[in-house]
Amino acid sequence: MEGDPMRYPMRYREAVIEKTLVIVALSAIAVLGLIILFIFKEGSPIMARIGVIRFIAGAKWAPSRGVFGILPMIWGSIWVTLGALIIGVPLGLACAIFLAEMAPARASAILKPAVELLAGIPSVVYGFIGLVVLVPFIRRWFGGPGFSVLAAAIVLGIMILPTIISISFDAFKAVPVAYRDGMLALGATRWQAIRMVILPAARPGIVAAVILGMGRAVGETMAVIMVAGNATKIPSSILAPVRTLTSNIALEMGYAAGEHREALFATGIVLFVVIALLNLTARLFATGGRVAR
Amino acid sequence: MRWRSAPQREMAQVTGESMTDIKILAQDFKFYYGEHCALKGINLEIRRNQLLTIMGPSGSGKTTFLRALNRLNDLVPGTRAEGRLAIDGVDVYGRGVDVADLRRRVGMVFALPVALPMSIFDNVAYGPRKRGIRDRRKLAGIVEKALRDAILWDEVKDRLHDHAGTLSGGQQQRLSIARVLAVEPEIILLDEPTSGLDPLSTLKIEGLLWELVKSYTVVLVTHNPLQSARVGGEIAFFLMGELVERGPASDIFTHPRDKRTEDYVSGKFG
Repeated sequence: MEGDPMRYPMRYREAVIEKTLVIVALSAIAVLGLIILFIFKEGSPIMARIGVIRFIAGAKWAPSRGVFGILPMIWGSIWVTLGALIIGVPLGLACAIFLAEMAPARASAILKPAVELLAGIPSVVYGFIGLVVLVPFIRRWFGGPGFSVLAAAIVLGIMILPTIISISFDAFKAVPVAYRDGMLALGATRWQAIRMVILPAARPGIVAAVILGMGRAVGETMAVIMVAGNATKIPSSILAPVRTLTSNIALEMGYAAGEHREALFATGIVLFVVIALLNLTARLFATGGRVAR
Repeated sequence: MRWRSAPQREMAQVTGESMTDIKILAQDFKFYYGEHCALKGINLEIRRNQLLTIMGPSGSGKTTFLRALNRLNDLVPGTRAEGRLAIDGVDVYGRGVDVADLRRRVGMVFALPVALPMSIFDNVAYGPRKRGIRDRRKLAGIVEKALRDAILWDEVKDRLHDHAGTLSGGQQQRLSIARVLAVEPEIILLDEPTSGLDPLSTLKIEGLLWELVKSYTVVLVTHNPLQSARVGGEIAFFLMGELVERGPASDIFTHPRDKRTEDYVSGKFG
């Protein structure tokens, strides 16, 4: 019984720590819940007034005349995000495969931190480089104003590289070495082993990498504003200027009031739903078709 | 050949009677990991359709020798091979050797069963598909034969398209063997194939070895003298990178020539 005096304080401390952690975890969720609540409270009245369909499918955005249709911005976000994925995913995966499976250990040790450093560059810097290099380049060689879907997609495609590379790199590294050895022992070449076994085995991680990259692309604002041109028109080609949902909020929030402000919050609701849907479908992709282990 | 004494066997080889019988030949074969010498000049011959058990403690170089035969050691940076290691008279480490083709001819089964993340059928069909066999019926035939030869068919025939991860450890190991068989190799290497298995599965695999040796040259690596004794056949005892002694199981276990072999098989060390 001599140990008992020690045990009570220990147990008491354990309980305090546990409860504290629970509270911290719950408050994080609570904050998220409050944000969602706030956005919906501010944005839903105008959606109800105009009508959800007319708000989402309306092709004209003219706040000064009280016309609020965000279809151009929805298309803008879709175009720019798709473009970013088309550029970023193959590049990122190729880079991750090289780093994880082919590069000598020493090269990997230098390149991996270098890639992660890319994630630390502020988005305004990406936007600035896009503005002074990419936009004039596109204007000169492809025509159009230069501020375009293409410019935004390229900038975003580069910005999501670190996310895609480091997460899929970890997924490749988590594939048991035995798989690779087993394949090679069957007479597979290195590429065959990667294609047949390592890629499928790493698939959930790769999908997670794409989801997170996509999330970053949809949500990125600053760099996109600087290179996309921000016209409230459905883009007619990849060389046309475009405005995304996030840009729409950021550009007009400063001076919006009344109905206009409500319409921006409603844009936030749409953005929230779009991202939730994207995540959901991506998750279905990750688990569907794959036999449970 | 049993009745022949060792000198007579050597005579037979010199006269060419069984020259072509030698499937694997190591002459003063050395292997280095960086500065560390893991094999210190191995001289060993393995005949066609022979079952050779390489026995020895951890670090004796037995696995290194096995992984030299299909050059899986290449994956470790800073390794180097010296001397001669030949299969069918062709140096494994020679110039212009197609490593992927070598590994197809020299199949390998690992200590940990490898169920590739796909269905049971696809696991076995992988090798044949890679050779360009697309015909469904032909593939099904090859898969069935390989699974039968690995004594797994009856247990999985009704769920060929289940994920291979649903099999038990013992079944996964026999699946690994079936997958190797489907590639139609000439030599099968087994690296401690039963180390993670229960006694019953172990017996199944050991019994399977004597079926395999009818069609293939089989090299088994084990640290376990009891397993070597159960399997029988020819035994080579490796210790600290050297081949100490080689002979039929009956000799190794009843009157070993070397003191170190005697100590090992009687459980004094290792």
